[in-house]
Amino acid sequence: MAETILPKVTVAPDMQQAAIPPTLIEVQNLSLYYGAAQALKNISLGIGEKIVTAFIGPSGCGKSTLLRCFNRMNDLIDNVRIQGSVKIAAQDINSDEVDVIELRKRVGMVFQKSNPFPKSIYENVAYGLRLQGMTRNSALDAAVEESLRQAALWDEVKDRLHTSGLGLSGGQQQRLCIARAIAIKPEIVLMDEPASALDPIATTRVEELILDLKKDYTIVIVTHNMQQAARISDYTAFFYLGELIEYGTTPKIFTNPAKKQTEDYVTGRFG
Amino acid sequence: MTAITHTGGLEHKKKRFRAARIDWASFFGTGVTGLATILIIAILAVILGNVVVNGVQHVSWRFVSTGTATDMFDVNKAGILPMIFGTTARVILMTIFVLPMGVLTAIYLTEYARIHSPFTRVIRGAVNNLAGVPSIVFGLFGAGFFVRFIGREMDSAFYHAGATVWGQPALLWASATLAVMTLPVVIIATEESLKAIPQGLREASLALGATKLQTIIKVVLPQAVPGIMTGAILAVSRAAGEVAPILFTGAAYYMADLPKSLHDQFMDLGYHVFILSTQSPNVDKTRPLLYATVLVLLCLTFLLNIVAIFVRANMRKKARMLH
Repeated sequence: MAETILPKVTVAPDMQQAAIPPTLIEVQNLSLYYGAAQALKNISLGIGEKIVTAFIGPSGCGKSTLLRCFNRMNDLIDNVRIQGSVKIAAQDINSDEVDVIELRKRVGMVFQKSNPFPKSIYENVAYGLRLQGMTRNSALDAAVEESLRQAALWDEVKDRLHTSGLGLSGGQQQRLCIARAIAIKPEIVLMDEPASALDPIATTRVEELILDLKKDYTIVIVTHNMQQAARISDYTAFFYLGELIEYGTTPKIFTNPAKKQTEDYVTGRFG
Repeated sequence: MTAITHTGGLEHKKKRFRAARIDWASFFGTGVTGLATILIIAILAVILGNVVVNGVQHVSWRFVSTGTATDMFDVNKAGILPMIFGTTARVILMTIFVLPMGVLTAIYLTEYARIHSPFTRVIRGAVNNLAGVPSIVFGLFGAGFFVRFIGREMDSAFYHAGATVWGQPALLWASATLAVMTLPVVIIATEESLKAIPQGLREASLALGATKLQTIIKVVLPQAVPGIMTGAILAVSRAAGEVAPILFTGAAYYMADLPKSLHDQFMDLGYHVFILSTQSPNVDKTRPLLYATVLVLLCLTFLLNIVAIFVRANMRKKARMLH
């Protein structure tokens, strides 16, 4: 059923062939400026629900900036100006009616550099739940365990939940951050190069986890690693110098791209 | 089987390593910097040694546990308990005043203010300039602002006409003056520790739906505690031995009793050293007393520092062990 629904947003003629599941995030004519420098140029795309969408492109192409528009993390930076709209579930998230705190509860984020709080493993996962006013220990215990299990970390840490999260290995720390993000049950999980600092084995575990999480969450992942995008994503968007060059199903982008630039990049010939 | 053999006979053609030479630049560098260090240690040793050697024989339990009831210039009769009490009290009160003020200011500057706005620059400049103001100027400021202005206004507001309760030099005003003086130290130390906290931690908290205030209270401040304590230690070190700021704001030449409330004056170790060295009718008789008093002042300053350092170490350990 999902396959028959066409994207609500038309980006380029070649994209109309791509059948996208129900659109959850809808970006329309989005431009973003840091002061005078334009980081995103008139971007329009729709991101489907409960699939993995990958943003690829060389450094400085704007893919992380776009990702940070989805939970308004760019609000933290001075001199950022946005034109166009980002709608999540048909609501413009930049409008005054949207509470940014609630938006971030519904749109979780995992960062490039794993950043567990200098608190215990348990408190890391419980942090977001406590913010939402969950105080009963039994409820917290259950939610922490569930999140750690979902993040495939439970078996490794169940005996040391109350030791520091910083004592974990890099890969474990990143999975702890994922557990922390999904503990508050967001609808969307944004991942900004979540595996770029990990070794191949830890990367594989995080990738397996992402594929597993797609059942319950809409995942948008920024990655430098094209093999990774090919392995885990359903849709891929290729950005270059702040522009969306091509967007479509991952097999199409990697095997039969419409644009020369995309082909050059995915085949590694990019200069 | 073909063995991979070493091709011999070519070694003599390869370039030889140069023989090691004496590195004179490094030798002199070590020498000059080392000498400077030794000089500093020597100066410190002479000062401390002089005080300890001449003072230690006169420090007794009676000396530190009694007041100066009979003759404050006679080493055999004088005691310095009121001065120890006064100095300790004003340092502790100052810490209580300066920490919240300094920490809140630092939080504003690092977490809320726009870094490059002219307003923030003015505040930063003011903080840095405050650090360079001579301490006697703080003393005059305290006398004018706290004692004459705030104190007298309090008197006319809360007491009957003509009463002088707060409008005079007092422990409270001396502590407040010292707090103003040490404010830059606490602000700068706290700011440094706040800046050292990775931005990623703040982002992680905000991305989980925390407000800015929740992020500061739950993530930023706990991390900054050791830095804040360092600021407190520096403030205590600076304030414990200062005399100028309290001259007009609370220190007394002589008091029969210990201060009983915040609006009483107090006797102070540093000020007492000044009194002993300038007001004594018999200089030779007072000299041993002077040495002993200075020794106690030094010990008290070290002690207050050690307490602060101990508190900081304890907090660090707690932070490491987690709950």
